[in-house]
Amino acid sequence: MDNRDVETTPGRPLPPRAPAEVAQTSLLRFVLNGEPVIVASPAHWSLLEVLRYQLRLTGTKQGCDKGDCGACTVLLDGRPINSCLLLALEVEGRAVQTVEGLGVGGTPHALQRSFDRAGAAQCGFCTPGMLMSAEALLEGKRARGDTTIDTAEIAEALSGNLCRCTGYTKILSAVADAWRATS
Amino acid sequence: MLRLRALAFERPTSVQDLTERLTQQGDAARLLAGGTDLMPNLKLGTVQAATLLSLSALPSLSGIRRVEAAPLGSHDAATPQQALELGAATTLDVIANHPLVQRELPALAAAVARIASPQIRNRATLAGNLCVDTRCRYINQSELFRVALGGCLKSHGSECHVVPGGQNCVAALSCDTAPVLIALDAVLALTGGADGDRTLPLADFYNTDGLSHTNLRRGEVIVAVRVPVQRPDVLVTYRKWARRHSIDFPLVSVALRLETETHGETTRLTGGQLVVGALGPRPRIVQLKAFVGRDLDATLATALGALAVKRCRPLPNLPYDETYRRRRLGVETQRAVMALIVMGPAALPARHGA
Repeated sequence: MDNRDVETTPGRPLPPRAPAEVAQTSLLRFVLNGEPVIVASPAHWSLLEVLRYQLRLTGTKQGCDKGDCGACTVLLDGRPINSCLLLALEVEGRAVQTVEGLGVGGTPHALQRSFDRAGAAQCGFCTPGMLMSAEALLEGKRARGDTTIDTAEIAEALSGNLCRCTGYTKILSAVADAWRATS
Repeated sequence: MLRLRALAFERPTSVQDLTERLTQQGDAARLLAGGTDLMPNLKLGTVQAATLLSLSALPSLSGIRRVEAAPLGSHDAATPQQALELGAATTLDVIANHPLVQRELPALAAAVARIASPQIRNRATLAGNLCVDTRCRYINQSELFRVALGGCLKSHGSECHVVPGGQNCVAALSCDTAPVLIALDAVLALTGGADGDRTLPLADFYNTDGLSHTNLRRGEVIVAVRVPVQRPDVLVTYRKWARRHSIDFPLVSVALRLETETHGETTRLTGGQLVVGALGPRPRIVQLKAFVGRDLDATLATALGALAVKRCRPLPNLPYDETYRRRRLGVETQRAVMALIVMGPAALPARHGA
């Protein structure tokens, strides 16, 4: 062992755990898919858990639960984030958009239509997260007044979303198709 | 499904309020900024907390501005140096895309853009990245895995599986900003410790104890990171290697600082350093004094690559073969030198035809 950074200090015990009965719950107010909501949220619940298990919006998927897979991606004030890593109480007063807010009134969103046409969903588990990352990319480009799109920027925007079925090719072309269909 | 254990959530409304609560509660409280490192660690049980202190009501901790500061290591305040002051809670996405950072500190902007994923960069903060917990293949695992292994120094046990018989945790510094910020001479502004406000060069921020690898004192928080704007003849770059281009933590991580001077057509080295991460708990800083006077060319790149391999030995603490990582470190260092040679002349007035 000749790593020079190694010195000898004894192991240190971890701090004690919080007792299980402590479950602080607060009223949480935020804007969800354009509508104000008020929901009771335990302090230790993630936004993902509140969406799925309090609000019953199960479109947002629970995958790795530690920020690796991107299946739980939602938009927070228009920007994609992993809802599994965000404590629900942190969204107080902010705007959240989930996949349920994409297609309104039974009409699919342009991205959903292009994913369907391109065969960009196989098992479909990663699709809601992919759609939300893609939506943030396309909305951001529209806001900046961009007129073109390339595969590299789509790949970069989707680089936090894992898919184990498609090999990504059809997802990338579906996003490009949606851009062309709407601009 | 990974869930948090019950805990209390508090949202301090001033930095003083924050540091007082932190001082009072000590290790039982954790700062919650982006939470992208803390949340998985809490869920996996490698970190425990009774209270989370949210920074969401402290907008003063975010933002990027130009300041004038005395150069590091100099008490001569009469010759101030241009610097950028990055608020501790500024998100990585803001830093990577900020025009001021891209223009003045391109190596930092590029390094930050390689961290994790877009989703994580939208939440993760600069100070949070500097304080990312050390990582090890035996720690960043489920509780079941760790218990089956009998624990280790960092996880309910007394045996190190990386260094047999080792009594010091050697989990690896796994953040991408520390090496490049050390190469850029960054200084931390801290508050809330027993001595009140203080500044600390980032190079002195880390220690060799993987269980508690930062030198933050009880109740102390990082307020801002000051990064001097570099002279045009100082060249800095950062290279990271991981299995995937996105999401992953670095398996090899090296920042390179070359101080140069140009006479006519030749550019020579006047100083510099290699800052290597992802080894043990502290970045390894290798000074380049022995290479002063050498021309910036491919021979220098090969020599610095060999130096990195000689002076740094990756441990079997990250989930990739350490022999490969050591060789890869040499290659990445060599590529860093070549990148600076290609990029360098454009930044040097003599090669501009000026």
